[in-house]
Amino acid sequence: MSDNSYAAVMARNSRIIKGASGIDYSLYESGGMAFDYERMMGDTGYSLADISKIQREVGVGNTPLLELRNLNALLRKIAPQGKGARIFIKDEQCNPSGSFKDRRASMSAYQARKLGYKGIAAATSGNYGAAVASQAAMRGLKCIIVQECYDSRKVGQPEILEKQRKCECLGAEVIQLSVGPELFYTFLRVLEETGYFNASLYSTFGIAGVETLGFEIAQQCKDLLGRTPDYVVATQAGGGNLTGTARGLIKAGAVNTKVYGASVDLAGLHMASDRDFNRKSFTTGHTGFGVPYATDPDHSDVPRSAARTLRYMDEYVLVKQGEVFYMTEVLAQLEGMERGPAGNTSLAAAFALAQTLPADNIVVVQETEYTGAGKHPLPQLAFARENGIEVRFGDPETEVAGTSIILPEHPSLMRARYFDMNKLRKSYIRNAVRHAGASRATEQDVVFLAAETKATKAFVVDALRELGVEAALT
Amino acid sequence: MSNSAKKGDWVQIHQIVLTPGERTGKIPEETKKVPLELWVKGFIQSDAAVGDTVEVVTVTGRAVSGSLAAVNPAYAYGFGDEYVPELLRIGSQARSILEEGGEQ
Ligand SMILES: Cc1ncc(COP(=O)(O)O)c(C=O)c1O
Repeated sequence: MSDNSYAAVMARNSRIIKGASGIDYSLYESGGMAFDYERMMGDTGYSLADISKIQREVGVGNTPLLELRNLNALLRKIAPQGKGARIFIKDEQCNPSGSFKDRRASMSAYQARKLGYKGIAAATSGNYGAAVASQAAMRGLKCIIVQECYDSRKVGQPEILEKQRKCECLGAEVIQLSVGPELFYTFLRVLEETGYFNASLYSTFGIAGVETLGFEIAQQCKDLLGRTPDYVVATQAGGGNLTGTARGLIKAGAVNTKVYGASVDLAGLHMASDRDFNRKSFTTGHTGFGVPYATDPDHSDVPRSAARTLRYMDEYVLVKQGEVFYMTEVLAQLEGMERGPAGNTSLAAAFALAQTLPADNIVVVQETEYTGAGKHPLPQLAFARENGIEVRFGDPETEVAGTSIILPEHPSLMRARYFDMNKLRKSYIRNAVRHAGASRATEQDVVFLAAETKATKAFVVDALRELGVEAALT
Repeated sequence: MSNSAKKGDWVQIHQIVLTPGERTGKIPEETKKVPLELWVKGFIQSDAAVGDTVEVVTVTGRAVSGSLAAVNPAYAYGFGDEYVPELLRIGSQARSILEEGGEQ
């Protein structure tokens, strides 16, 4: 019998993870801060064309790109003269389980099947669980989803409860946990006990699967408009959505398209807090994930995450919970599209951004997700009220996460709040130094950090110097 | 909902994974004060009452034991217990802005 205490299982972490993916991450390490990201991505063994073909087999991808005509008309009513870019939306809810996460899950399920695993497991409270369950069903694999679900009163966010239902209705086993990061311990025990494939959100297969999304956007814009978009806005949590989309855009030649991340501002709420857990109305696409994953991508369930936001993100825009609920309602009422919460985070950001851009610019909101019981603004806002959150109209600028949700009194009150990118970059560099225990940086490290943060070498050298780390440049 | 289950019924069981003393140091105080709990569903292997220690077999075929929490557990969330009337205002305001003639 093996020792299943917390300490013993965590000590076996890398062995368990290696056995559950077939990837030897040590191949990509340099010994310093740097690792070979592109080589790691290249080693999936699948080209973009292969991935597209695999996804078509299971009904994933090839979703419509729609112009939001009425919403754009509204935008022009309130934007200054000559402003008001055209917004298009990629209707990712058309994927089999209702979100872009099918693109990610499709590749893990395919790989697991190819390598002969009997089942796949994933740690997620989000749409990804449904995607893994759906792809597992299609590929004849067993499936276990481990989700953080309840607070200590056994009260669960309606959205997470809906994800549980969906996973179970697609044939998966769902292990539900109360709040806390030790979820990872339970997940490791599941992997060890079952020998299933770890369909990690952060694996190379998962992120390569999202590249088709960016590629399709570029192609569809070329077909529809004769050119690539000026901006693509992606909801940012763990960063795989933005990373995969940006890589796909680049592969389609859309190198001048600016990629913006968008998250709901949940400043002040602690993600591992039993008390705060049910005081937020968004379970993903918020700063509680968006910031830590951008600045410290390698704290996930794989040694090196394939989701590396800062490599690709040009700006990071924050919106308020009330603004996203507002946009969700506008999308339903003006466009006749009932869509889910997280996808509308980037829509809210795009709506604010477009008002500041020239009228001939093209902005693509790169996803939608399904909605319904648990996920719709009705259960979300009712739940917030039950938990003592004030819900009212006003200026969303005054919203305080965990205390109030302020629906904009007028659409002109929607705002794009720009996060300080250099602060994110410096924070990323600080974490990289800490993980490697580095006291000096090689040329290779500096080149790596510059690519990782989409910054110049001079910026990196300065940031390192502030941390007391000297760079040895050749 | 029934308080007892017959062998073969679909049930939810509960476990304490970590007691408060076993939790990791890196979490907020209010989380450290409570245990890490787990729930999972499966087919019960014996007749039992809620609260009894039982074994279930899950849909993936795993045997798991814990205390019986619920029998035929339902999905109880929906569209909220009370309507949120504020939502009505959003669509009608947006439409009326659209209908106003010309530019602002
Ligand atoms: C619908 C939807 N959009 C966006 C995101 C954010 O994706 P990522 O975690 O890759 O940043 C998620 C998941 O968290 C999601 O479910």
